[in-house]
Amino acid sequence: MQRRSFIKATAMTIALATAGFATMTASAADTIKVGVLHSLSGTMAISETVLKDTVLMAIDEINAKGGLLGKQLEPVVVDPASNWPLFAEKARQLISKDKVAVTFGCWTSVSRKSVLPVFEELNSLLFYPVQYEGEELSKNVFYTGAAPNQQAIPAVEYLMSKDGGSAKRFVLLGTDYVYPRTTNKILRAFLHSKGIKDEDIMEEYTPFGHSDYQTIIANIKKFAAAGKKTAVVSTINGDSNVPFYKELGNQGLKATDVPVVAFSVGEEELRGVDAKPLVGHLAAWNYFMSIKNPTNDAFIKKWSAYAKAKNIPGHKDKPLTNDPMEATYIGINMWAQAVTKAKSTDTDKVIAAMAGQTFPAPGGFISTMDKENHHLHKPVFIGEVKADGQFKVVWKTKGPVVADPWSDYIPENKGKKNVPEVKK
Amino acid sequence: MFAVLRQFKFSHAIHLPQAYKTMTSLRAHATQAVLGLLVVLFSTLLVTAAVAKPSPELILKLAAGDNDAKVEALNAIAGSADPEALPLLQALANDSLKVVGDKQALIIDGDKVTDAVTGAVLPALPENAEDVVTNNRVTLALQNAFAALDLTSPDRKTRFEAVKKLQDAPDEAIVPLLDKALQVEKDPKIIVMLRLTQAAAQLHNADKAVRMAAITTLGESDDPAMKQLLAGLLEKEGDTFKEPDESVRVAAQNGINAIDARLKRGEWLGGIFTGISLGSILLLAALGLAITYGLMGVINMAHGELIMIGAYATYITQNIVRAHFPGLIEFYPLFALPIAFFASGLVGVLMERLVIKHLYGRPLETLLATWGISLILIQSVRSFFGAQNVLVENPQWLSGGVQVMSNLILPWNRLAIILFAALVVIGMTLILTKTRLGLFVRAVTQNRQMASCVGVATPRVDTVAFGLGAGIAGLAGCALSQVTNVGPDLGQGYIIDSFMVVVTGGVGQLAGTLYAAMGLGLLNKLLEGWAGAVLAKIAVLVFIIIFIQKRPQGLFAIKGRFVDA
Repeated sequence: MQRRSFIKATAMTIALATAGFATMTASAADTIKVGVLHSLSGTMAISETVLKDTVLMAIDEINAKGGLLGKQLEPVVVDPASNWPLFAEKARQLISKDKVAVTFGCWTSVSRKSVLPVFEELNSLLFYPVQYEGEELSKNVFYTGAAPNQQAIPAVEYLMSKDGGSAKRFVLLGTDYVYPRTTNKILRAFLHSKGIKDEDIMEEYTPFGHSDYQTIIANIKKFAAAGKKTAVVSTINGDSNVPFYKELGNQGLKATDVPVVAFSVGEEELRGVDAKPLVGHLAAWNYFMSIKNPTNDAFIKKWSAYAKAKNIPGHKDKPLTNDPMEATYIGINMWAQAVTKAKSTDTDKVIAAMAGQTFPAPGGFISTMDKENHHLHKPVFIGEVKADGQFKVVWKTKGPVVADPWSDYIPENKGKKNVPEVKK
Repeated sequence: MFAVLRQFKFSHAIHLPQAYKTMTSLRAHATQAVLGLLVVLFSTLLVTAAVAKPSPELILKLAAGDNDAKVEALNAIAGSADPEALPLLQALANDSLKVVGDKQALIIDGDKVTDAVTGAVLPALPENAEDVVTNNRVTLALQNAFAALDLTSPDRKTRFEAVKKLQDAPDEAIVPLLDKALQVEKDPKIIVMLRLTQAAAQLHNADKAVRMAAITTLGESDDPAMKQLLAGLLEKEGDTFKEPDESVRVAAQNGINAIDARLKRGEWLGGIFTGISLGSILLLAALGLAITYGLMGVINMAHGELIMIGAYATYITQNIVRAHFPGLIEFYPLFALPIAFFASGLVGVLMERLVIKHLYGRPLETLLATWGISLILIQSVRSFFGAQNVLVENPQWLSGGVQVMSNLILPWNRLAIILFAALVVIGMTLILTKTRLGLFVRAVTQNRQMASCVGVATPRVDTVAFGLGAGIAGLAGCALSQVTNVGPDLGQGYIIDSFMVVVTGGVGQLAGTLYAAMGLGLLNKLLEGWAGAVLAKIAVLVFIIIFIQKRPQGLFAIKGRFVDA
């Protein structure tokens, strides 16, 4: 009797397990694959790792609600290791081999430029969540970060205003690659249009991963001492920001003397820095963790719970959210809405369905995807660093700003429409 | 008007004890008793009035006004130097000042909510209370207001700091206050600073003579901030100069030139310091390699990873100290040094015993094998600690810097590394020249067979020497963790630099390594100041290629019977 029941139980278990296994394989064949293409190592890992986790969190959330088109989403995570050519290779692998329906990825513009031909050739979709330099508009990419007129230009306008300190001289400091160089080209043209001469602009670049900022900070001090109020516009990317801000603090360059406004430094980048000497330095974004509204509270709560559950290093003890995370989150949710609307994951159908999508953004407004230009309408915030590494919003636009990816400040762009070109 | 009234009240408040004395003496004279009583009553009334905060208009302007109004209010407070305003200023600075619908300013202190105007305690914070946001401009005015209050502090250091702060953005409203401070100030250094600040505040005075005098005073300073103020006079607004008078502008230009001449020295010293600082980092990174490659001839491509292991050992030490001995966290780098040395040294010894020992005399194989080891080490660290950079914090005593000149601040962490590099060089020289081990190492590197013949256990000497080189790489990692990011790729950035230094210095020469590190550091920083960081790096590489072609043996060639492997 005992033995029989034992055999029975065993048989039952095996049957159940096989059944379970069968449904699992069945579901694996019948999922929608989502590519995640963020550097998990190398100089950009400091910024990009957390975006991978944001995508995974959003996928979990969508799956918990029953997935899309009756299917579960299945993430495919790859590590392009801050190596730009590797980005293209991994993108091709994701699209051709893993057959992903959409990819969320890239931070630096050089990585985006590297994968762009792949996405266009294979007609796949990329959601790019970071502020960038514009001068690009592909039908295969949705840019959920800010274009220059949604971040860089308002920030410089603020610095020139009375409240920003009426800056008259500018140091344009960046990492040496396409984003800082193009942004600074636009900013220089913008500053010229405001009557600022070349002798009052200093441009400096450092290699990726640069860690010795002594000379540069000494030069900034010297430049600032030459007269008129000076401000620094920093487009330094990746982990170089940590030694840069450390040196800034050690050399006693205070925000009240020479404010530094950064475009690629958020809550996450300041994690590794003692923020007390940096109080008052600025960042321009379309979202800050410190923004108070119910959507943001819910977003932060969700992220904290997820980080704790998944044991994400750093975030499990001190969860932080930032602008690219918000942009990633908006992007994947809008994509899900578009897929539902199009009833398909086909690239062209989803692109058509994306136009005009809206989503309540944690930044405290309804985020709208432009009908034509593949960018979001976003408000601009300027925040000052607080002693705890958070930002205090000191200025914001009245409402969302429409993106202008082909900046009008570059003469060659005259008459160029903000619509993706149709390739023949 | 308010300020005057308050000052009047205030002076009475101070004289209160005298009033009491007066009163007691008056009591003796019964005829005047009534009058005395009146005086006392009057003073008490005034005392209660003086406890009230700054005027309601001012408080509301500060809490609910736009930034222009806030700055104006703060300057007014600074000008009056009213100590009663202190709680209000503190609330503003701590973000605990709230405003309700432009009408009510509230100060929060823990759970206690006080109306800043009436002093009434509220049961709870109203729902619609908003933060009073201060941006940099308001913060600066706020600092000035604080500093103005500190000007009369009995503590010399507080006064000194206060004047220093006021110098940054002096407002004409504080000139009378500075006059008052000058009358009572005894400290000569502070008097000089007060004069400067006063001059800076008077730069835009309506009276030309006052302006000229101010420019002359400022021209005698050696502070870049003063130069900036003078340069402000030369600015144009549209087509007209901000400063209408030609002669004043000429005087300002002369003042700027005079300050410039004084600043030159600081700039030069600063440039040299950054060069030495980079040199000391290069030196630390290269010293270990100077032993393993320079003396022993092992092309160790995993040298950078030994540095990285030292940095991670520092990170682990920091975490252990923080978890178990939180009181000693400020000194964790001192504990980390020996741990980093032994951790890297141990890895070095293992590498030598297991791999390199079998490859002596086969440089190409050594190169490939050590390169493989470097990849293994990077990947192990990545698997173990994750690909992200880990956070190594600077202790307080290694943060900030020492102000040597008005335009020259030397950061403590850089100074510490220079000193540390010097100590390591001295220590290594002593080991190599004064100890038996050093003697053996030199003997083995000069002539292996002969050393073996006279009874030196050459394999053991090799192991110990390699371990020593690796350990020094670990020390470098510990030092580097204070200035750069600690991640699995840390070593990759230093391996090329290290080889550059050792090759330029001359293989087999410790002194060569020292000179080459300092030379390359200075050259790099000189070029960087002149052509930017990217070009400087390229230029240094080009320089080394040309240098090595002209002088393949490096800066210092070994003379005598050097035996090539």
